[in-house]
Amino acid sequence: MSASQASPRETTEGTVYTVTGGDWDEVAAAAKQADDERIIVNMGPQHPSTHGVLRLILEIDGETVTEARCGIGYLHTGIEKNLEYRTWTQGTTFVTRMDYLTPFFNETAYCLGVERLLGIEEQIPDRATVIRVLLMELNRISSHLVAIATGGMELGATTIMIYGFRDRELVLDVYELITGLRMNHAYVRPGGLAQDLPPGAVDAVRAFVKKMRKNLPEYDKLATGNPIFKGRLQGIGHLDLAGCMALGATGPILRATGLPHDLRKSQPYCGYDTYDFEVPTADSCDAYGRFLIRIEEMHQSLRIVEQCLDRLAPGPVMVADKKIAWPAQLALGPDGLGNSLDHIKKIMGTSMEALIHHFKLVTEGFRVPPGQVYAAVESPKGELGVHVVSDGGTRPYRVHFRDPSFTNLQSMAAMCEGGQVADVIVAVASIDPVMGGVDR
Amino acid sequence: MSGPTAGGGEPNAGGVNPDKDLNAQNLPGQRGEHGEAIRVQRGMFGARNGGDTSGYGGLVRTVRLPGEATRPYGGYFDEVADELEGALEEQGLLPESVIEKTVVDRGELTFHIAREHLPRVARTLRDDPALRFELCTGVSGVHFPGTASLHDVGRELHAVYHLRSITHNRLIRLEVSVPDSDPHLPSIVDVYPTNDWHEREAYDFFGLVFDGHPALTRIMMPDDWQGFPQRKDYPLGGIPVEYKGARIPAPDERRSYS
Repeated sequence: MSASQASPRETTEGTVYTVTGGDWDEVAAAAKQADDERIIVNMGPQHPSTHGVLRLILEIDGETVTEARCGIGYLHTGIEKNLEYRTWTQGTTFVTRMDYLTPFFNETAYCLGVERLLGIEEQIPDRATVIRVLLMELNRISSHLVAIATGGMELGATTIMIYGFRDRELVLDVYELITGLRMNHAYVRPGGLAQDLPPGAVDAVRAFVKKMRKNLPEYDKLATGNPIFKGRLQGIGHLDLAGCMALGATGPILRATGLPHDLRKSQPYCGYDTYDFEVPTADSCDAYGRFLIRIEEMHQSLRIVEQCLDRLAPGPVMVADKKIAWPAQLALGPDGLGNSLDHIKKIMGTSMEALIHHFKLVTEGFRVPPGQVYAAVESPKGELGVHVVSDGGTRPYRVHFRDPSFTNLQSMAAMCEGGQVADVIVAVASIDPVMGGVDR
Repeated sequence: MSGPTAGGGEPNAGGVNPDKDLNAQNLPGQRGEHGEAIRVQRGMFGARNGGDTSGYGGLVRTVRLPGEATRPYGGYFDEVADELEGALEEQGLLPESVIEKTVVDRGELTFHIAREHLPRVARTLRDDPALRFELCTGVSGVHFPGTASLHDVGRELHAVYHLRSITHNRLIRLEVSVPDSDPHLPSIVDVYPTNDWHEREAYDFFGLVFDGHPALTRIMMPDDWQGFPQRKDYPLGGIPVEYKGARIPAPDERRSYS
């Protein structure tokens, strides 16, 4: 396409591509001069301690890491490109799979972007917004639980892993009750939600909050004061405020430097300014501080969840505008969730216009006025930003996810170089990267 | 909802004005005659070869992006624009030559920056105490093929940066446009090291070449991948997949079903 791509050259061994811009010559020259102690270790992409298909390329001298680099892209699924060939509503089914541990954040961020492009932000029913907040905060708990659980497992603290996944299962049960799925929900839709809360959901969430209140202190007993745990985490993966700003690190990494930056407070969306909660910080700039922040954030999320339950008032969960709102009314039938029988009767029996309308909206979708927006939410990992561009069509022209895992993972080198090999694991775990979000 | 916009494009070159058709009119936030017309789209799905199997072949639609805004921009936008223009003048730069246009749309401020001035603008935005955009949230590429016919210079490839100021709690957007034929723009990794991977991603998917990037290599796709997958003219199928010397035929050629 242009001269900028790798230029091919025919050799007896086949086509050779010269990748420009790399510092391979320097790398090769430096490798020649190296002493015998210096080894390059490939950690991953299948190593259980690298959080999925992350490849760490470590240059080590004895036990000291002298250089650390990441190889990513093993989980690239082309979701952003795929979105451009689906309707705006179908997009939510794709974005939920990006960072698969924070599906509700992906969906909400995307839908906030689409809704701002449509100019219907003010028309989103309160009930839909409250349920979004409720699910996002439950999701923050489940994401932090996985971060703590896998981080503990990588240290050999398998009890933390068992506890973390035990409690996450409670959250997943709530998801399953509300959305029908444990992951990849596609529950938040442009304009509102796919369906209302099922009967019994509020009670289930209340029971969960009660149970979680009892379980959360166990992590303190198990880990927070544990001298071995502290010994492994304190002072590891150091990244100060200047480093965070330069590397664009947000979320617990940034708050562990003492800066209480949280988009829920600074740029409130979904009515977060009306909820009562605190932004925990630490000033240790290390993995232990990030662990403490995650624990405290789960406590705060429980507070928000309770406030959501208290303010849930009956009402619609989708915008009233029939040109945007999904036409079908979902109902649970003997063969699972589907269009309600009343709706089928109406469009098949009494109203041809309704049938046409249903058909057009479902197959073609609604149009979104041209323009671009940037919608950002505070995901458990940091700032999740969505750049949505429309050209006025029924499908997104371009959607870009600024996933916090991707950006934060860049700080791996700064955290690991000069440290011990064993501390690389701790540092990476404290970043909490999810490769589905990194590679998208 | 949207800020004040002045009409920048000519009023409808291609006959039917889809902004006036029934479907479009009933939707909120339509731009009507305002904005900058960048392209006239025919049909629904962009396919030109083959018959009109979709039935949408007769659809003609002028694509209008938000046009240039006029003062006042509203909110903190005027303050940011004033400070930026002032800071550029102090450096001996003409703001009009640096900022090609300013767009205010849907409560968001966009500066379109001439590509040669991007690093200077980024540094000013980061370092000036009155601006202080400490956090760059990376770069996102957007490809608008076929826009060259409506402009003197090609502006097909856009690099979009979002800058966040934690100090002042603000967010702005910078947009740099380069032609397909010369997809070079300066890297701002010096100013915002976080853009290292983001620029590699934009290079990988859009072929935007960030001059001055320390190691501009592919980040998601394999090293030897041909072409830039998120460009709009990248073929969606029908081409063999080649990876590390292996060659897998296109899906429609893998097996004979006859």
